[in-house]
Amino acid sequence: MGLFGFIMQHPQLVTQADRSKSSASTSSVSTFPKRVKIVEVGPRDGLQNEKNIVPTSVKIRMIDMLSEAGLPVIEATSFVSPKWVPQMADHIEVLKGIQKFPGINYPVLTPNFKGFQAAVAAGAKEVSIFGAASELFTRKNINCSIDESLQRFDQVLKAAQAAGIPVRGYVSCVLGCPYEGKISPAKVAEVSKKMYSMGCYEISLGDTIGVGTPGIMKDMLSAVMHEVPVAALAVHCHDTYGQALANTLMALQNHKPKERITCSGISGSRQLGGLEGPALSALAPTVTALSPSFRLQMGVSVVDASVAGLGGCPYAQGASGNLATEDLVYMLEGLGIHTGVNFQKLLEAGTFICQALNRKTSSKVAQATCKL
Amino acid sequence: MGNVPSAVKHCLSYQQLLREHLWIADSVPGALDPAQEASQLSGLPEYVKIVEVGPRDGLQNEKVIVPTDIKIEFINQLSQTGLSVIEVTSFVSSKWVPQMADHTEVMKGIQQYPGVRYPVLTPNLQGFHRAVAAGATEISVFGAASESFSKKNINCSIEESMEKFEEVVKSARHLNIPARGYVSCALGCPYEGSITPQKVTEVSKRLYGMGCYEISLGDTIGVGTPGSMRRMLESVIKEIPPTALAVHCHDTYGQALANILTALQMGINVVDSAVSGLGGCPYAKGASGNVATEDLIYMLNGLGLNTDVNLHKVMEAGDFICKAVNKTTNSKVAQASYNA
Repeated sequence: MGLFGFIMQHPQLVTQADRSKSSASTSSVSTFPKRVKIVEVGPRDGLQNEKNIVPTSVKIRMIDMLSEAGLPVIEATSFVSPKWVPQMADHIEVLKGIQKFPGINYPVLTPNFKGFQAAVAAGAKEVSIFGAASELFTRKNINCSIDESLQRFDQVLKAAQAAGIPVRGYVSCVLGCPYEGKISPAKVAEVSKKMYSMGCYEISLGDTIGVGTPGIMKDMLSAVMHEVPVAALAVHCHDTYGQALANTLMALQNHKPKERITCSGISGSRQLGGLEGPALSALAPTVTALSPSFRLQMGVSVVDASVAGLGGCPYAQGASGNLATEDLVYMLEGLGIHTGVNFQKLLEAGTFICQALNRKTSSKVAQATCKL
Repeated sequence: MGNVPSAVKHCLSYQQLLREHLWIADSVPGALDPAQEASQLSGLPEYVKIVEVGPRDGLQNEKVIVPTDIKIEFINQLSQTGLSVIEVTSFVSSKWVPQMADHTEVMKGIQQYPGVRYPVLTPNLQGFHRAVAAGATEISVFGAASESFSKKNINCSIEESMEKFEEVVKSARHLNIPARGYVSCALGCPYEGSITPQKVTEVSKRLYGMGCYEISLGDTIGVGTPGSMRRMLESVIKEIPPTALAVHCHDTYGQALANILTALQMGINVVDSAVSGLGGCPYAKGASGNVATEDLIYMLNGLGLNTDVNLHKVMEAGDFICKAVNKTTNSKVAQASYNA
């Protein structure tokens, strides 16, 4: 039997695994969040990096199909000058043309105040802005410093707040920069904190060139979580070096701290010593109540991905780009994590856009299940 | 992402990025030691042994028949990368696996570097004797956790196959030849669907009990996810020490590295992989096969784990074999590093 038929006949391998088994572990704290919100960036981040210009009607159909697949957030387009990003020249027509399914958000990128105004005029109900954790990247990209770039967004954030429009903040280069190389977790935390305090409801941490590996992801998140609550964090992994899913897995996991912890919330300063493992987990509820420094590092529960793994990497010719939504959903379903996504319809959306782009999918799941 | 195109020219070339920064562990003068800089994730093994299966599992599933001298050159290149185990061929009937028809010539033709082991697959006693005559000093036997797979693949039940392997492993032990045991379909079977961890444990225990020094648990069709990997390993680890276990993940559904990370977190420190991600999946046309050694090393380097393997040299061997079989590499690291 073809593998596709096999998958359909053995849904336990593709859809939800036995929840009680998958969330059980030897400790009293579960390892993964029960639900993950997927932010689909294919129509924007994906298409933006594809060479072939896609007609407006195809973009609209793609987004409608993604809506039918149940993705809760679909980044529809970017209100950027067509001079810079020709693929996004039809931003107004796309935003006006798509079906707005109830319960689904359709954020758009707004690189400046002008873009924001145009987006609102076209009916946008949510916008995204971006910063970077690298000074050199910001300088090369938009010819100013990180602080200056954030100041420019201040106007957008104030106007958005006045209009009741939520703003999502992206931080690029969180695990490495094509110019600076290594990026310090502290810098990522600093920029994230700024954007969060300026009013962004969620911060999407992007491994822009896909150089990160799970340990570096964990260190970066540890630093950021000191400044921004985990519920307001998302990860946006590129698969340039094949690390995206492993990095995402690490971001989702709850981690127990291994450092010595001090009980600072109660009188005196008592060392709880090197408590680890089951002993620590057993104390978890009490520990959490005492001081933030005790808390388990809870996992991130918002993940960005792009259907068919669309988009190359502009910094490495021939390299792949975004994490494929299909491959992400496959893993989450296998872990018993709820996504709300209709897998079959997601695969169809991927097939559709790949045909339109005249390219093969970068999703391994799609490669394995669709007949050639 | 913002406005990119004009900035591209000014960024570090990828080769530079790879060599000078911390996620590639090479001894470049002036480069920082990645083990010091990379994150110390708690609970991970310090050293991971990579078992390179490209020349066997990889090539076996490639359509293009590779000439013997190319296979030999390929293996010789791999021997110079720091890999300590390279599975070179399979002493199976050429009727079944034409790619491995030249097993004797390959075994005799390769340079056997000191410190590197060259196991070969031996499905039965006949194959074993041929392997020994050709100079093999380590062998592997291949069981499955699925009755249907066993019947379809080697035309006998699991029990019958175990009896055959007992003969092989016993003979191997007589000659002081170590034997490695593989368990296929550890996370799912193309015929039966899901496979219980208990069945995997039963078969693994049998192979371990008959004298296999290591059991490689294979996600043959790549359907596993971190959840099923964890459940399976939890069961097997109850009966077999983690130090005697390896994972052999196929990347058919893009899950391999995530599954391997899970296994590492559970104490497994032996991982099978194939350079360039060679080998498709015979059960899914067009699908990919083995996890790419380059991508695995990249992750392990980034995690600060020691492998003793030189990533650049592995990429060179990968480039060589891909040109020889006329295909693009399945390794993302290689794709990112060489201009398309």
